[in-house]
Amino acid sequence: MSSVKDWAAPTPISENRSGLIGKGVDRYEGRLKVTGSAPFAYEVEAPSKPAYGVLIASPIARGVVTSADIAQAQASPGVLLVWTPDNVPAQGERGAKINPRSQRGANPALADRVEHFGQHVGFVVADTLENAKAAAALVRLTYEATPADLIFEDNLAQADQPEGEEDVRVGDFEAAFAGAAVRLDETYVSPLQNHAQMEPCATTAWWDGDHVTVHTSIQMVKGGQHTLAETLMIPSTQVRLITRYIGGGFGGKGQAYDDLTLAALAARALGQPVKVAYTRQQMFQATIHRPAVHMRVRLGAQADGRLDAFALEAVTHCRREAPFTEHAANFARSLYAAPNRLTGHRLVKLDIPAAGPMRAPGEASGMLSLECAMDELAEQLGLDPVELRLRNEPETDPETGKPFSTRQLVRCMTEGAQRFGWDRRNPTPGQVRDGRWLVGLGMAAAIRGNFLLPAKAGVRIDADGTITLRQGMTDIGTGTYTILAQITAETLGVPLSQVKVELGDSDFPPAPGSGGQFGAATAGSAAFAAGMNLRKALAELATGDPNSPLYGDDPELVSFGGGNIAVDNRAEPLDRLVARAAPDGVYVEGAITPAADARDYSQHTYGAHFAEVGVDPDTGEVRLRRMFGVFAAGRILNAKTAMSQITGGMIWGVGTALHEYNEVDPRYGSFIAQDLAGYHVPAHADIVDLSAMFLDEVDDKANPMGIKGVGELGIAGAGAAIANAVYNASGARIRSYPLTPEKVLAALP
Amino acid sequence: MKPFTYERPKDVTSALAMMAEVPGARFLAGGTNLVDLMKLQIEQPTQLVDVSRLPLGEIEETPGGGLRLGAVTTNSQVAADLRVRARYPALAQAILSGASGQLRNKATTAGNLLQRTRCAYFYDTTKPCNKRQPGAGCAAIGGIYANTAVFGASEACIATHPSDMAVAMSALDAQVEIASQDGQSRSLALEDLHRLPGETPHIETNLQPGEMITAVVLPPPAPGGQIYRKARERASYAFAIGSVAVVGGRVALGAVAHKPWRAKVAEQALAGGASPAEAMAAEMAGAQADGHNDFKLKLMARLGAACLTTTGAGDDQ
Repeated sequence: MSSVKDWAAPTPISENRSGLIGKGVDRYEGRLKVTGSAPFAYEVEAPSKPAYGVLIASPIARGVVTSADIAQAQASPGVLLVWTPDNVPAQGERGAKINPRSQRGANPALADRVEHFGQHVGFVVADTLENAKAAAALVRLTYEATPADLIFEDNLAQADQPEGEEDVRVGDFEAAFAGAAVRLDETYVSPLQNHAQMEPCATTAWWDGDHVTVHTSIQMVKGGQHTLAETLMIPSTQVRLITRYIGGGFGGKGQAYDDLTLAALAARALGQPVKVAYTRQQMFQATIHRPAVHMRVRLGAQADGRLDAFALEAVTHCRREAPFTEHAANFARSLYAAPNRLTGHRLVKLDIPAAGPMRAPGEASGMLSLECAMDELAEQLGLDPVELRLRNEPETDPETGKPFSTRQLVRCMTEGAQRFGWDRRNPTPGQVRDGRWLVGLGMAAAIRGNFLLPAKAGVRIDADGTITLRQGMTDIGTGTYTILAQITAETLGVPLSQVKVELGDSDFPPAPGSGGQFGAATAGSAAFAAGMNLRKALAELATGDPNSPLYGDDPELVSFGGGNIAVDNRAEPLDRLVARAAPDGVYVEGAITPAADARDYSQHTYGAHFAEVGVDPDTGEVRLRRMFGVFAAGRILNAKTAMSQITGGMIWGVGTALHEYNEVDPRYGSFIAQDLAGYHVPAHADIVDLSAMFLDEVDDKANPMGIKGVGELGIAGAGAAIANAVYNASGARIRSYPLTPEKVLAALP
Repeated sequence: MKPFTYERPKDVTSALAMMAEVPGARFLAGGTNLVDLMKLQIEQPTQLVDVSRLPLGEIEETPGGGLRLGAVTTNSQVAADLRVRARYPALAQAILSGASGQLRNKATTAGNLLQRTRCAYFYDTTKPCNKRQPGAGCAAIGGIYANTAVFGASEACIATHPSDMAVAMSALDAQVEIASQDGQSRSLALEDLHRLPGETPHIETNLQPGEMITAVVLPPPAPGGQIYRKARERASYAFAIGSVAVVGGRVALGAVAHKPWRAKVAEQALAGGASPAEAMAAEMAGAQADGHNDFKLKLMARLGAACLTTTGAGDDQ
């Protein structure tokens, strides 16, 4: 087991001799994507003519499929196969091998028991997509509906403690809150949201004997491979899962869905490749979503603003058969000092599609509450919101007392305030106008945990000097290909053009995939380890080769740079060494495991958001005028992709504050928004002036490279900064997100 | 998708003939609405008669000083036309506030008028909808979709017409030119093109079978200021939750009814010397909200008054 102490030593990454680490290099696969030549799962060319599957969704929320009449559909032109609960092939139970982080037990595909609206109950495969679709409309299913709990607000009374999750108490919250000089007790509501990825779930599957190959869109390669193997009741070694490019995941593709299962089953049944993709509507109704959360925040402060008592209690919901807790209170355990603390979660079980992780699960919802409550408390106290936070900055983790690995929250706030012009904020709401617009400023802090998981990577060098990194990692559009190329090139002292990166294949050394903003640190650290092992192998190769100028040198003294391997002034190009001494190439693997003592530190990424909004007093419309964020997230690997990630997160925050929500129809259990015309994410016109900067930081307790995740931090707190700006602009304090024109207008005088 | 045939006629006469030949045929212009609905199997035409290449793509001066917009002029073309921008700024504003640049490049004048509602229950084919299946019932009534009508709704339908362009055309007193299969043509006030839902919400316009729109004629602009303002849930690419067109003393409201809603009560009040706020209050007194769409009452009263104030329509002249 490694120790964080090992990570403090200088490395090729920290030395950064060719300057590739941190450089804003272009995306490795950018050209392929913008020219439309990167094959996504549905577009992958099958080895022979594929058939096309279409899924049929349940129109009821709960009940049983009582009969299926498929005669007409079977007789429809081009139809190859029609499955319903009556005749779907047997599927193995899921569970044993499934990664609990990303996979939950699910029904077998096409189960006769309906557990939510939109659950798939039928499947048609035909020679063309159009024929499959026409035939699907001819399948006649009858149902017996049973009562269903559909509406979160109507079922709050049944909220229960999630299994195995105790409330966390420090000190005596109730007594301290009762005795506090200034108190705040408010409830904030965040809405149900959908991931709304551009690329729907999709799979192309074919068999070769008893081996199946699937190209699918999934964030976790191994989880998908094992899920499919269990479902098909075959060993995982007979499943090859490939996911080269993913058109957005956001946590919504952490698990396998029916497209994967049914494409593989149908390809086996037909002896022909099969393609299945979800429709836009099915992406809403038959995947997962971020659940709504009710958050009660209680703050008890002294007159000078220091918190004595702090509580955040979150109530959220999940599908009855798929327990999942949106941990909206967890972030608050490490954010502000207060000697008396209470945080916890309650869960309501509903008969709607499953809740699950969505970009920054926990923080994205949770910070919408506390970071507004702090704004409200600051006003009660007559303090500037930044100042209130400065007065509650803890020296050690406020819950555990552990030291922080790094924490630059204060600098994020002060630097951000200065660069944004926070001093121009008028603390009295509704005072500033620009034409008809009411203008206001708001801020919020950001915190998001940092994680490192076990991972492996393989790297080889060929006789022509090409270095190829292979890893069962995914790139969900974040820049993973690119940063892995940078890490590999810098570690081995070669130009980027000499490095190839191959990802998303279950045959490659495994990595946990993309999620929880752990991807870069986890996959990157394994790639770095593999690179270091290749250095070692090459050093031994050179110093042991009588034909090498390095022959007889101490392998420990070997250095890499400019495509050469060298000791002192003796050097030779890597390709020459390999071509001569190992003409078949050299392949090594490397691995990262979390350090045992990393848990002795409270480890997070931090930031501060500053937003200026305009509120239209005629319509209640809110428009973001400008937004700026300052973040501290360890060493930055790629200035360009990291900035895309962090500003992309901020834009998600804008959507959370102003646009995104879905609602469940209390009669049918269906979502009211089922496409991207009805489910609004920010458009370009909503984001006119939004930027961010990173503070210099290296977190040597995080991993060997001192980097941290940036994929989710940008969302955390961003929506609260906007809600606070809306209050400052208009005096409308809205505690139910998003701040739609309807809600803002109702709150305006 | 059900199989369908595709025809591309050379002129209006053959287009109308092709429509008559095959029951269930539909005109295809930009396809920005029809094709989406075909993918959802809400529209299942047996034949598409592609009129997009008919010689109806010009914007012409009319003898009286107005403009004649050919049926298949694109939304982008109309909004960018210097004559439109100079004389009918409310129309240009309305068009540019709708959809996206890409869609406006494809969408046509007639197609925009004939687009179908965006009611969420119309789009969800698992729900009853009297537009999709007459007599099935209306899931929107008692539902949670809030962008519904506050004027002229019926027991059968509470959907709204989603067009921005049509609202401005209503305030401009536009006329719709219609050709029919027998070679005749007629002209209809835009105000009379769309119907209120009544008991037959699936019949959305007063076009007769065998007729097609060939042009929209804009009369010379009425004196006075013009404006189109639209409230929506994001800054672009969203349908109106309420919109207002003002042309002189004429007012039309969008996203409040099954058709562009000409606010005649407000217009009369204005003519009688009412203030903008009074005029809109009078108009909205006739609105009926259902609990979900109550916000439209305050929204339209404020937005309407603001538009009238901006254009000076409420000022004593």
